[in-house]
Amino acid sequence: MSLILQDICITPKGGAPLFAPLSLTIAAGQIGAVMGPSGVGKSTLLAAIAGHLPQGFALTGEITLNGARMNSTAPQLRRIGLMFQDALLFPHLSLADNLAFGLPAQIKGKAARKAAVEQALAAAGLAGMGARDPATLSGGERARAALMRSLLAQPQAILLDEPFSKLDTALRAGIRAFAFDHIRARAIPALIVTHDASDAAAAGGPVLNLGGQAG
Amino acid sequence: MRAAVLVIAALALFAPIAAGLWHSAGAALGHLPALGSVGPSLAPLQDLVTQPGFATALRLTLGTGFTATLLSLALAIALAAAITNGPARIISRVLAPFLAMPHAAMAVGLAFVLAPSGWIARALAPVFGWARPPDLASVNDAFGAALILGLVIKETPFLLLVILAALTQIPLRAHIHTAQSLGYGIGAIWAKVIVPQLWPLIRLPVYVVLIYNLSVIDMALILGPSNPPTAAVFIARMFSSPDLAQIMPASAGAILLGLLAVASIAALWGGARAIARFGPIWVRRGGRGAPLNTLFFGTAMLGGALLLLGAAAMVSLALWSLAWRWPWPMLLPESLSFAAWARALGDFGPELAMTALIALASTAISLVLAVAWLETQTPSRREALIYLPLLIPQISFLFGMNMMLLQFGAQGNIGAVIWAHLLFVFPYMMIALTGPWRGLDPRYAHAAASLGAGRLRQLWAVKLPLLLTPICAAMAIGVAVSVAQYLPTLFLGAGRIGTLTTEAVTLASSSDRRITGVVTSLQTTLPFAAYLLAFVIPKLAHKNRSALQGAAA
Repeated sequence: MSLILQDICITPKGGAPLFAPLSLTIAAGQIGAVMGPSGVGKSTLLAAIAGHLPQGFALTGEITLNGARMNSTAPQLRRIGLMFQDALLFPHLSLADNLAFGLPAQIKGKAARKAAVEQALAAAGLAGMGARDPATLSGGERARAALMRSLLAQPQAILLDEPFSKLDTALRAGIRAFAFDHIRARAIPALIVTHDASDAAAAGGPVLNLGGQAG
Repeated sequence: MRAAVLVIAALALFAPIAAGLWHSAGAALGHLPALGSVGPSLAPLQDLVTQPGFATALRLTLGTGFTATLLSLALAIALAAAITNGPARIISRVLAPFLAMPHAAMAVGLAFVLAPSGWIARALAPVFGWARPPDLASVNDAFGAALILGLVIKETPFLLLVILAALTQIPLRAHIHTAQSLGYGIGAIWAKVIVPQLWPLIRLPVYVVLIYNLSVIDMALILGPSNPPTAAVFIARMFSSPDLAQIMPASAGAILLGLLAVASIAALWGGARAIARFGPIWVRRGGRGAPLNTLFFGTAMLGGALLLLGAAAMVSLALWSLAWRWPWPMLLPESLSFAAWARALGDFGPELAMTALIALASTAISLVLAVAWLETQTPSRREALIYLPLLIPQISFLFGMNMMLLQFGAQGNIGAVIWAHLLFVFPYMMIALTGPWRGLDPRYAHAAASLGAGRLRQLWAVKLPLLLTPICAAMAIGVAVSVAQYLPTLFLGAGRIGTLTTEAVTLASSSDRRITGVVTSLQTTLPFAAYLLAFVIPKLAHKNRSALQGAAA
């Protein structure tokens, strides 16, 4: 169980590569970090791993998840979860329905699905709030709910795109610890991009620096 | 200033509709003093419903109206999904001709393609060994299938444009990527995530399309069943009957169709509410919906195929107008000639001038009104009232409006026709202008004001030039809407004002396809020219202004 990035390079059409070829191996339960200032292509890297490389960019190198090459797999079949700094809860669905959206269809029966959602809500400290409109949640609640939605989909790996950068500094460490604990408990590889050194330190896995240094 | 604009807009736009509905309702209840009839009585309604075929006509109206609306909506959504997903992006660049094409011209072109002697049958002739055009009712069929097809080909591009504009207001990419990372395919994402957010933004235009489809006259005359026809045509025929007593049952029909329109909007609203209420039960099950991908792909393909059919209809108009000899079953004319054009340009010169005059006048007046409105009124929910003329069947109030003008002796002249066109040109121009106008960075006007420019100079020297592109686009839309109007010209012109559109509808049932081809091509030329100018003028005016070039699209 691991996520292996081998000589990854992203090149805009007719331009220079965004960064020098990048290699990183993240074992199950490990949280790797990619650091660098904004604009260096960190988000593009995550988009490429998730299968959303923007038009006009080319990807070279190998993305391997649990032994399977992912480069040309459709994004919805990669089983790679993605979390953004905006939690991106769907505004037309209740909080509980947002979580149910992530739950695999293989879990059948209204009662079983409801129980799974309730359990996830409780784990996120959101017990009893399932009927709420996501727009009425605080930033920290939204971030926890979005993480739970990603994890309910039973991903084989998870990518975090500056997920804590919009949170108050007071909340930040707590939510980060919450997210990292839950990811480690699943024993899946995770990769966070951030410009905050404390995120990378808390992740405790391999760290890569983009921007300036070849790496 | 603010109040003055409000009063003028109310007098110009609401008064004729209110008076029209009032007179129609009066006549519907048997109150028509001009004919010596004093109501109220239910006799006109009884007279109407006992007319042979009226029940069938009502059924046809509901069947074609709802089918065409829901089908257009489904096709537009699937096409929007295909376009934003990449491969079909080209479609968004070819919408303009479909939007510009008048309904009547599209209907005539489709009839040329679909008819037993049309292109499709000619293409199939070698396969089936048809020595003569087959004996098929492929146009004017009793179910209204040809009419549905025509409406769908005209309305799908409109709804697609509306949807593409609305999509800029929701975080489309981010939501698609999030849902994909949870394992959902594109079809399921659109059905479960995008469409529910889209609906509140496109609801009003969908209602407009529904009302149009339920009350369309020109397309129904050309493509629809004839005996009995749809309810709107049924009622229009009674209004045009030489027996003046028919005006009362016809008015009853006009009011009935208006009530049917209200009920239809309510039904669509209720249906959407029910889906919003019970849809989450389906979403909660968490199906990733692989079959939905196939469904969306298939629907988008069907949409693409219908757009191709529409393109064939446009080409066939031009081709027939130039055909000299075109024997069955050849796919192209044997010889070409400008004879029909030479003849028609002489014969239909007055109609061409009249069409252009009405279009330019109603567009110019609408533009002044729209700018005055946008400069003085603050955005509010009440503004939706501007779209009222598009949410009531035309036939429900136009004859009543005619009766009102009759009292002032102002009926049957060009002013009355321009006024009636205004009712429909203005809302469409407002749809095109409101977003860009209110989206303009207010600091430009503030900067001008701080340099000493008054309101008028801010408007004239700063806002209008900056908004040249959307203003030109709105004017092109205005011209296209006016040129396409049939019933307002017919009713308010009292048959004395002839435009290319009224001629095209009359000619559609004639056997001379060459002349019909010329008149409909000519009718199409006007909006096409307007769209072309709307594209070229801002480019030329802002030739050395790269910041304004990007917006010109």
